[in-house]
Amino acid sequence: MADLLVEFFQWGFGVTLVPWLATLLGIVVGVLVIALPLLLAVAMSVYMDRKVWAGMQMRRGPNVVGPWGLMQSFADGLKLFLKETIIPASANKFIFLLAPALTFLLALVAWAVVPFDAGVVLSDINVGILYLFAISSLGVYGIILSGWASNSRYAFLGALRSAAQMVSYEVSIGFVLVTVLMTAGSLNLSDIVMAQKGQWFLFSPLLPMAVVFFISALAETNRPPFDLPEAEAEIVAGYQVEYSSMAFALFFLGEYANIILMCAMVSILFLGGWLPPLDWAPLYIIPGWIWFFGKIFVMFFLFAWVKATVPRYRYDQLMRLGWKVFLPLSLFWVVLTGALLLFTGKIPV
Amino acid sequence: MIYTLCFYLFAIITVLSAFMVISSRNPVHSVLYLILAFFNSAGLFVLLGAEFIAMIMVIVYVGAVAVLFMFVVMMLDIDFSELRRGFQKYLLIGGLIGLVLLAELALVGMGWGLGGPVTTDPATAIPALGTVTNTAALGSLLYTRYIFLFQMAGMILLVAMIGAIVLTHRKRPGVKKQNINKQVMRRRHEAYEIVKVKPGQGLG
Amino acid sequence: MSLLKHAARTFLLSDFVKAMWLTFRYMFRPKATINYPYEKGPLSPRFRGEHALRRYPDGEERCIACKLCEAICPAQAITIEAAEAKDGTRRTTRYDIDMTKCIYCGYCQEACPVEAIVEGPNFEFATETREELFYNKERLLKNGDMWEQEIATNLKLDAPYR
Repeated sequence: MADLLVEFFQWGFGVTLVPWLATLLGIVVGVLVIALPLLLAVAMSVYMDRKVWAGMQMRRGPNVVGPWGLMQSFADGLKLFLKETIIPASANKFIFLLAPALTFLLALVAWAVVPFDAGVVLSDINVGILYLFAISSLGVYGIILSGWASNSRYAFLGALRSAAQMVSYEVSIGFVLVTVLMTAGSLNLSDIVMAQKGQWFLFSPLLPMAVVFFISALAETNRPPFDLPEAEAEIVAGYQVEYSSMAFALFFLGEYANIILMCAMVSILFLGGWLPPLDWAPLYIIPGWIWFFGKIFVMFFLFAWVKATVPRYRYDQLMRLGWKVFLPLSLFWVVLTGALLLFTGKIPV
Repeated sequence: MIYTLCFYLFAIITVLSAFMVISSRNPVHSVLYLILAFFNSAGLFVLLGAEFIAMIMVIVYVGAVAVLFMFVVMMLDIDFSELRRGFQKYLLIGGLIGLVLLAELALVGMGWGLGGPVTTDPATAIPALGTVTNTAALGSLLYTRYIFLFQMAGMILLVAMIGAIVLTHRKRPGVKKQNINKQVMRRRHEAYEIVKVKPGQGLG
Repeated sequence: MSLLKHAARTFLLSDFVKAMWLTFRYMFRPKATINYPYEKGPLSPRFRGEHALRRYPDGEERCIACKLCEAICPAQAITIEAAEAKDGTRRTTRYDIDMTKCIYCGYCQEACPVEAIVEGPNFEFATETREELFYNKERLLKNGDMWEQEIATNLKLDAPYR
């Protein structure tokens, strides 16, 4: 990227860039190239979510703004943008405003290590999977802080629920990640994808872990059936209750960016990232990033589908599922995967 | 240059936020400063080339431990005047403990500075950075040379966990609990039976 | 055996799969909703929508300021002041309906002896400000003029059942 920029500036403006400036500019351009389409994808995914949900309930969904209602999210965004920002008098102002910004920021920052195609990644770090895990485990702060800073009972209850929920499901997500990285033999996301060449981890003994990961991802992103933190029937909108205008929009954007991130994670960990399903030459004609986006699309459809199908869990059921079902299952699978790798002699070096 | 700059940035923020942890009035702010300190120490680890430890630092300390801190602190309703009342009483013993800690730190620092090169270098067991990733190096050291220590640490943690559960677990009589398995396992014929009742006779 | 079957059903998530398949099929069913602003559902002749004050065909106001509607209104949304008109008849000088109070029960319409106040078929009268919903006599008469045809048809259709 940096070399390209140096060339571009020399060609366009006749200026030679200093190396460090070129590197910096390269990073900035890379960030923009990822973040801007991501925001567009968020807007479109909100639309798709609503449309799928509506379709399954035999409704029409948004269909007025733009062709087939495609511009609905932008209209909503504009509306939110024009609204008044309300900060409750008894709120802790700094933290109140920090929380949505944090949620949004974390949702964007995680994309730095996501490989879109072979070598197409902003930062190809050795511990990519841990980085993603770390970032997703930080997501809970946006919610806790907003709940506490709002100084409102509903928001506080939502924040408490969310904190407990996210911490619980992170444990099983962690173990699922361990099984994947044991099989792949690397913490680098590109290596994990390449380890699935010819056989996705979905079609291997890791299949149950893919299911556990998907369900935990639903819980991690506070999606139905695990949207207890914002259960509108009990605690109105949970931690979002005091938010309005852009602060609310940031929460909303962050939430959907997180969902897309989780879809991308499932694609990378179990669906072979940018790889086609079979290691067969004609399939490679389609560029890798199209495979990758297609997989994210399918996963997002699954997210919306589950939302339209499954009713909300009760809180104790949610905790039981996390601690008494997923944790033992994933722990057992770590041992099983290790044993399988050892006995079949497939331990990656 | 940038490396040094980053080091001083992280180091200064770490120290400052650590100071703010103990000096800020609002306990929630304290936890937030603690998180900031964790983050910056993770940054220091990254500067050292220890990316695995940096990430684990963020996951474990920021993602789990500090969340629980936050959880507790948020629900506390702290009376600050109450807290300050004990300050004078514990000043002496607290100060003594602080002094002992300071002396120990100084000893460690002096030992490091004056003791000369370390004779047994554990780092020789791991290959040089660059040939193998940090995670692999750590793993091959932990699971071969220090396997017993590692397992022992795990056992101690397990015992501590079981101990904590045993200590806090209590059986309360008269509490109705839902047995989900039993509910799900219930079959149609257990729930009702179809009876043909002749008119005018009732069930008898 | 049944235990095994049960375990298999639980771990294969068969209930979820069945439910997901059901919702997936529903996605391709014809929609139950209509394309509202462009399509509208049928309304009963008895539909109680926005209020209107009617006139006789010669343009004379029907309302005789008997205040029966004001009296019966359970939400106390109607305010009427009456005076003698130039031709010696009793007429309203003020006829206000607070549409934010109105509960659309239709009692005013039932109470009216001269079919002056009616609830018309219009239900799309949302406004941007609250003040616009405080209807006065002028506004109500304008409604009456605008919707007279529909209101008259509805009244005629409903007449056999009254």
